[in-house]
Amino acid sequence: MTVDVAPGSVLVLFGPSGAGKTTVLRQIAGLDRPDAGIICFGDHTWFDSAAGIWQPPQHRRIGLVFQEPTLFPHLSVEQNIRYGVRGQTTVRPRSDHRQTTGRPRADHGQTGARPVSEIARMLGVDQIGKRSARELSGGEAQRVALARALAPGPQLLLLDEPFAALDAPTRTRLRRDVRALLHRLGTRAVLVTHDRTEAMSMGDVMAVMIDGHVRQVGPIAEAFSHPSDAAVAASLGVEAVLPARVTASSGGLLTVAVARAELHVAEREPTPPGSDVYACIRAEDVTIETSSHARASARNRLPARVVAIAHEGPIDRVTLDCGFPLDALITRQSREELSLTPGAEVIAAIKATSVHLVPRA
Amino acid sequence: MDWTALWLSVRLATATTAVLLALGIPLAYWIVFSPRRWKFLVEAIVALPLVLPPTVLGFYVLIAIGPLTPVGRAYARMAGHGLPFTFEGLLIASVLYSMPFAVQPFSAEFASVDRRLLEASWSLGASRLATFARIVLPLSIRGLVTGIVLSFAHTLGEFGVVLMVGGNLPGVTRTVSISIYDAVQALDYESASRTSLLLLLVSFAILASTYSLQRSVWTKPRH
Repeated sequence: MTVDVAPGSVLVLFGPSGAGKTTVLRQIAGLDRPDAGIICFGDHTWFDSAAGIWQPPQHRRIGLVFQEPTLFPHLSVEQNIRYGVRGQTTVRPRSDHRQTTGRPRADHGQTGARPVSEIARMLGVDQIGKRSARELSGGEAQRVALARALAPGPQLLLLDEPFAALDAPTRTRLRRDVRALLHRLGTRAVLVTHDRTEAMSMGDVMAVMIDGHVRQVGPIAEAFSHPSDAAVAASLGVEAVLPARVTASSGGLLTVAVARAELHVAEREPTPPGSDVYACIRAEDVTIETSSHARASARNRLPARVVAIAHEGPIDRVTLDCGFPLDALITRQSREELSLTPGAEVIAAIKATSVHLVPRA
Repeated sequence: MDWTALWLSVRLATATTAVLLALGIPLAYWIVFSPRRWKFLVEAIVALPLVLPPTVLGFYVLIAIGPLTPVGRAYARMAGHGLPFTFEGLLIASVLYSMPFAVQPFSAEFASVDRRLLEASWSLGASRLATFARIVLPLSIRGLVTGIVLSFAHTLGEFGVVLMVGGNLPGVTRTVSISIYDAVQALDYESASRTSLLLLLVSFAILASTYSLQRSVWTKPRH
């Protein structure tokens, strides 16, 4: 597969456990050697079995973060973060490294990486530089591991489920910080995960892996909303995933703009207006009405046009156009009673509690 | 008490330990990190002195360094005298005899370092050798200390190999264990018991201090 990943954005390798995501990541890192094939990054060929090319991990200029924060236990936080920097700052005598923290310094890698101290500050680990690596909490340690991976100014950051071992609030904060940092540094990243929320909140482009093969590559929302086949759909979960933006918030109810339409969504987590989110709607939760006068509890009643009807056993999948694509699952009896045909104008009703928002980190 | 013999033993043990530190670290590194399939053969050879009677080992070393082999003859030409029944000859035999006591703790400790730490280090640009020096060695202090102490203590107490290769020359090859044997042969039980007790106490003190050190240094609980 070939993927275009813009500077500062994240490619998600998504798939169930055992799909081969970590294997791919390790091969990109140069820790495992594939039997055959080619691995290229930009103009660099890292592996080419036919041409006999093999670049060891030392020469690939990558950053690597595992699920467990694998800090060097005998070193301090600062020594950990600077571990990969020493080799690149060739002109400076080693003693000079020790005397400063906090002050911006010219520790630039070849691509103009930020000073190490700035990366440490952006990850919130600049105040704990003197502590031993084994005295840190899980969240702190993972932040240090990220700072260590980014400090030498890698051209590609490889993340193997780095947030999986953290508790939920720590995880959310760290996702946000990492994404902001990647944007600031313009560093591309590959993130391995089997967590849909993580894929949505961190990713820009997604590759879905099943049984060792990449089955689909594309922008996050597209991959979720238009799985290329049934296996991909099963691994992603059947849900419409719609890029959206929160426009207003009042009394526990959010107003969310999706394409030309507006949705009302019950606020589960505090989400300030202006936030970019993905609105996720399961096809089972979408009901179809033909009259707009019916009184019902659903907060969202969107005018829609029937685009297509597919039969899935006793259930029919009705694809609607509400300004954005949306599927509804209804029984064949309902479909016949409503006498739905492609082209029909209907109302799509969705309860405010049935829309699940995933904030972009 | 035979102070000359005790001093010789201490010198021999120190020299043996130093040589084993220099040889054992690369050898243990190779055993742990080499992808070669046949490295089990090397491991078996290193471990041989654990099961071989010291006289057998001593016999082969005596032959190997003697005038019957090219190595022995070459040394004799250069040094003006042969290796058998000299301190250098004893040193070679001791290094071989104590090899497993250094190499096995070294390699066990190297192998116990979390592989992901090595991979993290490589990905940060550190070569395999630099990774070994900056990560593996510092995290293997315990195994290094154990290997050093065991080699020292084991050499201090060796008997059979020394007798075969070194003979019994006062001040040159008569180590403390041979001096005890001599004392017993001469029915000088008093001298034998004093030297034996000293050797027992020294050995115990060395081992006890090592084990106590291992408890406290690197065993802070991790989160």
